[in-house]
Amino acid sequence: MTETTLATPKAPPGTIPGLRGIAADWASDQRAFKNVSWGKAMMWIFLLSDTFIFSCFLLSYMTARMSTTVPWPNPSEVFALNIGGKHIPLILIAIMTFILISSSGTMAMAVNFGYRRDRVKTAALMLATAAFGATFVGMQAFEWTKLIMEGVRPWGNPWGAAQFGSCFFMITGFHGTHVTIGVIFLIAIARKVWRGDFDVERRGFFTSRKGYYEIVEIMGLYWHFVDLVWVFIFAFFYLW
Amino acid sequence: MVDIPFDEVAGVPPAEVGEVELYHPHSWWTRYVFSQDAKVIAVQYSITAMSIGMVALVLSWMMRLQLGFPGTFSFIDANQYLQFITMHGMIMVIYLLTALFLGGFGNYLIPLMVGARDMVFPYVNMLSYWVYLLAVLVLAATFFVPGGPTGAGWTLYPPQAILSGTPGQDWGIVLMLASLILFIIGFTMGGLNYVVTVLQARTRGMTLMRMPLTVWGIFTATVMALLAFPALFVASVMLLLDRLLGTSFFMPTLVEMGQLTKYGGGSPILFQHLFWFFGHPEVYIVALPAFGIISDLISTHARKNIFGYRMMVWAIVAIGALSFVVWAHHMYVSGMHPYFGFFFATTTLIIAIPTAIKVYNWVLTLWRGDIHLTVPMLFALGFIITFVNGGLTGLFLGNVVVDVPLSDTMFVVAHFHMVMGIAPIMAVFGGIYHWYPKVTGRMLNDALGHFHFWVTFIGAYAVFFPMHYLGLLGMPRRYHDIGETAFVPASAHDLNAFMSVAALIVGFAQIVFLFNLVWSLVKGKEAGGNPWRATSLEWQTPETPPGHGNWGKELPVVYRWAYDYSVPGAARDFIPQNEPPARVAAQGAHP
Repeated sequence: MTETTLATPKAPPGTIPGLRGIAADWASDQRAFKNVSWGKAMMWIFLLSDTFIFSCFLLSYMTARMSTTVPWPNPSEVFALNIGGKHIPLILIAIMTFILISSSGTMAMAVNFGYRRDRVKTAALMLATAAFGATFVGMQAFEWTKLIMEGVRPWGNPWGAAQFGSCFFMITGFHGTHVTIGVIFLIAIARKVWRGDFDVERRGFFTSRKGYYEIVEIMGLYWHFVDLVWVFIFAFFYLW
Repeated sequence: MVDIPFDEVAGVPPAEVGEVELYHPHSWWTRYVFSQDAKVIAVQYSITAMSIGMVALVLSWMMRLQLGFPGTFSFIDANQYLQFITMHGMIMVIYLLTALFLGGFGNYLIPLMVGARDMVFPYVNMLSYWVYLLAVLVLAATFFVPGGPTGAGWTLYPPQAILSGTPGQDWGIVLMLASLILFIIGFTMGGLNYVVTVLQARTRGMTLMRMPLTVWGIFTATVMALLAFPALFVASVMLLLDRLLGTSFFMPTLVEMGQLTKYGGGSPILFQHLFWFFGHPEVYIVALPAFGIISDLISTHARKNIFGYRMMVWAIVAIGALSFVVWAHHMYVSGMHPYFGFFFATTTLIIAIPTAIKVYNWVLTLWRGDIHLTVPMLFALGFIITFVNGGLTGLFLGNVVVDVPLSDTMFVVAHFHMVMGIAPIMAVFGGIYHWYPKVTGRMLNDALGHFHFWVTFIGAYAVFFPMHYLGLLGMPRRYHDIGETAFVPASAHDLNAFMSVAALIVGFAQIVFLFNLVWSLVKGKEAGGNPWRATSLEWQTPETPPGHGNWGKELPVVYRWAYDYSVPGAARDFIPQNEPPARVAAQGAHP
């Protein structure tokens, strides 16, 4: 008969069950997030703050678009390209999105190899990510040039609401700045990985602190965030 | 990593991470100017904030001179008056209070109070100060550019903020917005440091629920600032684009000086939403650190534990969360939907609950306490009175129907000066009198301190109490000269003159305070390590002022909360947070 009674899983000593336990864990000694380093915590909180910036930009854009009394230019048409005699809507944006999403893949692989302390592969994959990012910014520059040639300005455009150009240049410009900063940091950190700074714990030029491979992951957090923001911009600005 | 054992008796777990090596300065420049030490950065922040605050003080004198004696001073014309109110408001709210509470008190107190050697990223912390200084310099530069600073009011509402009828349209508004953007960038670098230090870099035994309420207040305010400043950032960028590139985010089709402008299709209300999504949390960004500081001052100087510590913490967190859903109560007269106003009136009044909990708990802490009427305590009591005063008028303004007739009158000015002007400044003064001995090793002069308190407290009431009455009469705010109006009786002008004289006197009392700060640095009484016999960690440092790395060889271990005052059976009327239980028991046995 004894085997029918189920053994209740015993909590390790000192733990409190239920909601109180969650609160106690959060409030516990020394660190609120037990396995999170300072740098990673800082990046997460920064990204939270940055989320609010992009949300405000996107909400402002939506307000402008919903309250405008003149027609909003059709993004499918504006961002169409003629390739090989065919008129393909949104093709450039589709390629740009594909490239940026791919760069998240190479970034994730770089993080993986970083934790395996594989210097060469990590650096190569980070450089590949940076190259994807630079390509993205390059295509954005092409897109800007094309629109400017067609007469789109921050203060007006030939097809309708002036806010179309304002929002387009502001939001893609701000996102493009994020990508550009990301590319610069990717190259800088790839250089450090390549040189083996994190194996010999060489000190940083500015901070004079030792570096660790974790910085690759922190860089990755930023990069994935920038990609995720693009998905929202793509959905709300181009697909709407 | 050193092997640190579990403290069985006190239940303090071993260290989870090894110590991070500090940055060691190697020259005068890296020690005192480009310093990465949070304590030096705190002093730099405080001095910069107080210097620009002096400018704001002089501006308030100018405004009061004009309001009290209209037509007497030829050097204050209508344009300048608008510029003065704008810069006074902007400097006081953002460049003085926010910077002083978070950059000044936050930098000094957070690492010391949680038992850390420094902020987690000292280099970023240093950058934060230098970007802040740049923001202040850009702001100050607007006084010297052609056209002078902007006169758009501290809320910078478009369309008028960037149209040619408003003073400072050429340069003032552009530099103002640039300065705000810089401030936000600088603050973000500091703010990330404060939050991560509180969350991840506490010493052994320092659980979140053992932190002094000052840290809780600054921490919550910083989290709020990190989420609220983005809205101001976005609003500033968009307004800057409207002004410089001719976009129309906030600009409707309108006529300027008889000419149709090139703008069209934008929404001025959008700016108001963005601005107040920042602006309302901003009120609590300066109030929450004040709440925390006041809690600690009252507990220490009444020699009694804070009443309802847990409730105090939850009230701070609840106020922080609620303050993000009340912003549109600043916009009742913007023509928004009445149901929208109803929602925001409800949330606004709900904030009264956690706030009232805090006030009751302060009063209950004082109840039967061993109250020492020291200067910090006087300022703490002054805070409670002015804050309750301003909070009660907030109930008037929070209700839509009562707010509508009171909108844009002096009643509003009196309300927010009481609740987020005088009250937080009282906390700033209380905090400075309280922690100055730790920062410098010397006490501030007591007689000058008493003089400063009584003149400031009574003077502030002399200025702002009659202002409520003027507001009820219908005297509008932001008017250069109300002239002869039917609804403002002649006696109101006498009252205005009285308030102006009081304001001048209060201003001079602040100069006495600044003199005290400098004089006591040299001539003040030696303070010793713990002059107020306080329990929290910053008073237990091996050196005063605390040295580089704060704690000497070993980090302190925390065994108790920060409010063990007048514990029955203990040898002294306070038990420091880092005093092991065994030693307390031994002292209790042999008194």
